[in-house]
Amino acid sequence: MLLWTVIRRLIYSVILVVAVLVLNFLLIHLAPGDPADVIAGEMGGATEEVLASIRKAYGLDQPLYVQLWVYLKAAAGGDLGQSFFYNAPVIDLILDRVGATLLLVFTALGFAIVVGTTLGVIASRKPTGIVSNLVTVISVIGYSAPIFWTGIMLIIVFASLIPLFPISNMYDVTKSVGPFGYALDVAHHLVLPAFTLGIVYLAQYSRLTRASMLEVLGSDYIRTARAKGVSERKVYGRHALRNAVLPIITIAGLQFGGIVSGAVLVETVFNWPGLGTLAFDSILARDYPTILGILFFSAVIVIVANLITDLLYRVADPRIRMAK
Amino acid sequence: MKTLRGMLAGAAIATALVVTGAVQAQEPVKGGTLVIGTTQKPRHLNPAVQSGVATAVPGTQIFATPLRFDAEWQPQPYLAESWEVADDGKSITLHLRKGATFHDGKPITSGDVAFSVKTVKENHPFKTMYGPVTSVDTPDEQTAVINFDAPHPAALLAMSSALLPILPEHVYGDGQDPKSHPANSQTVGSGPFKLVEYKPGEHIILEKNPDYFLEGKPHLDRIIIKNYKDVTSMVLAADKGEIDMLPFLTSTRDLDRLKKNDALEVTNQGYAAVGPINWLAFNTKNEILKDLKVRQAIAYAIDRNFIVNALHSGFSTPVTGPVVSGSPFAAPDVNGYDLDLDKANALLDEAGHARDGDGTRFKLSLDYIPGFAEMQKTVAEYLRPQLKKVGIEVKLRASPDFPTWAKRVSGHDFDMSMDIVFNWGDPVIGVHRTYLCSNIREGVIWSNTQSYCNEEVDTLLGQAGTETDQAKRADLYRKAQAMIVDDVPLVFLNELPYHTVYDKKIGNAPLSIWGPMAPMDDVYKSQ
Repeated sequence: MLLWTVIRRLIYSVILVVAVLVLNFLLIHLAPGDPADVIAGEMGGATEEVLASIRKAYGLDQPLYVQLWVYLKAAAGGDLGQSFFYNAPVIDLILDRVGATLLLVFTALGFAIVVGTTLGVIASRKPTGIVSNLVTVISVIGYSAPIFWTGIMLIIVFASLIPLFPISNMYDVTKSVGPFGYALDVAHHLVLPAFTLGIVYLAQYSRLTRASMLEVLGSDYIRTARAKGVSERKVYGRHALRNAVLPIITIAGLQFGGIVSGAVLVETVFNWPGLGTLAFDSILARDYPTILGILFFSAVIVIVANLITDLLYRVADPRIRMAK
Repeated sequence: MKTLRGMLAGAAIATALVVTGAVQAQEPVKGGTLVIGTTQKPRHLNPAVQSGVATAVPGTQIFATPLRFDAEWQPQPYLAESWEVADDGKSITLHLRKGATFHDGKPITSGDVAFSVKTVKENHPFKTMYGPVTSVDTPDEQTAVINFDAPHPAALLAMSSALLPILPEHVYGDGQDPKSHPANSQTVGSGPFKLVEYKPGEHIILEKNPDYFLEGKPHLDRIIIKNYKDVTSMVLAADKGEIDMLPFLTSTRDLDRLKKNDALEVTNQGYAAVGPINWLAFNTKNEILKDLKVRQAIAYAIDRNFIVNALHSGFSTPVTGPVVSGSPFAAPDVNGYDLDLDKANALLDEAGHARDGDGTRFKLSLDYIPGFAEMQKTVAEYLRPQLKKVGIEVKLRASPDFPTWAKRVSGHDFDMSMDIVFNWGDPVIGVHRTYLCSNIREGVIWSNTQSYCNEEVDTLLGQAGTETDQAKRADLYRKAQAMIVDDVPLVFLNELPYHTVYDKKIGNAPLSIWGPMAPMDDVYKSQ
């Protein structure tokens, strides 16, 4: 039964990936100007012959459906093409950067979940108290401030006025240090971008935890626990939070795709050498294969994440597993 | 044959005095790392098939060229220790240094020179540079004779900076397209620095070439070109002392800020050959703009001094003609179209454009290159109310990105557009393309997108392009420029305020006519 579900889900996923590829391919080609214009612009101008040779070299002189077919055929074989702009295989560019993005995204998500949940629990203890209101205010600010603005403000305050952290990049290329020194250097560079990306989600988690906790704390079994003399710490930690945290886990899974797209902005502000920066540069350069490669890659990540979440539900929750 | 070597010694001494600046008395220090900050990202590092400063700055460190130029526009020996120009101007003989090798240890021969000339001729976007080359003879390993179908006075300059990198034929001669050759990102050159690591969009690490053909150079151990996402974070990093040098900086607010930093030197020297001009271009095929009087009226309605002094805080300089003032071919005495609103109004009346009820004569759209706010968008925003004063209603048309703008302008789908175009040293390379009737092309950006055509101008430019007598050549260019300025296919506004900001610890900063697009084998860093 489970196997059949997995197979069906996989077939849907493949269809979805192909649809994503075709749709993205067509959308990107709708934008005015082509990669040859950008390459010519970089060159300081080019003659028709040079433009024609660039278009021929990258297959841009072929009709769109031919280009699409060639691309899909190559993608099916795992070849995402050659970057027009960076003159390198797209798969190499992506693999070179995916680690940086995952490091940033997981750090930000981890920070947001741990700190957000903690703040939410604290706020739920006295829903009308000062702490609770403070958490609400911080959440609203964190959620409503544009991510790039937060990033720039943090750079100005904590990298320029109070120079505690580096301004940008993932590590200092001018320093030659050992592996431990490198790890420390990366961690030092990671603080501001991870905080910037995490703060938006932190706001959501703290609000969600607060609301969820308040709901759970009003339940009969909490009253029963208190009535039989369970300590407040255990009531919160063992009984209330365990149940309240379920929607948070669900949201975290769903948000994974969103946080990857949020990384585009944060990476751009901090020049973090991940997929986001690559996506941003590729869009400006009309580097079709690279944009498509990144979109394909992120679509696959999101689809796989959803698939795993879906399957985990079935394993974890008997009601879904048994449903016909 | 006439030799040019005699004049070199004196010129070299003069140059040394000019370029060394603040630390000129000091003995160069050996070692150290020079960190250069940039927001530009190169496609790859091979300048033979790719123009632009992003490739040229690292490219000129990795690849040596036959010649180099000093701050006085004089050619200097580089990979060629001497050269002769034939009396008829139709050939140049290069004598290469003996014992010079590529970074992989293989010797540099005249065959590599012939191969490089062929590659540049066939692939570089500046077709005029090597278009006149008919053949390259290689009588021996150290001698290359480049033959032209007509005298080609621009050729010497076209053998410097990033314009003729000597490529190793044993690497690039394998039949692959040089435009997408894998070696473009894993370069083997013969310049003062070798490529160690190239991470696109992050950094380029260059290391001293221990077998460099110039004894005792380079002084630096390493050059790191570090990418920043935007100018603001790059300037903050420079202010904090994280970067030693910021070339090609134009942001006047940032320049103003960095000038106040005592540890830094801010200079506009080193950009004479680049010759970057900010201008307002007309589509002369437009129904309204095809009338010379309308174009003249617009020129008279613009206050160039306001742009330079108010909008650019005095950092940029006014330009009145197609060639920048630092070039020996500049024409300072052309019509400057000084602000005269009465004259502008009179010309528009004469052209038959009467004002309607709310004072408007006609409407025009104005495009600008996105991403150069201070030079393009700000000036465009100033032009809107300014031209309103003479009854022209201007509608600004923003482009979301460069390809969109390029598509509109190269497709002649515009009324007026702001633009930035470089002189690239010799008028043959960077100036002719804007004005020749034969260069009105569809879909080619920085061709004659104004669709301007004056046969007399074409004749003068043709003559100037092949005139070997420098004085006569300059005279021909002066005449051509006067005609162009009178025809107003564009309004010349200002020279881009390119500046190099560098730490005062840096000695012999690169301030020749090619500035940072020249080998930094003389640069050193005092501790």
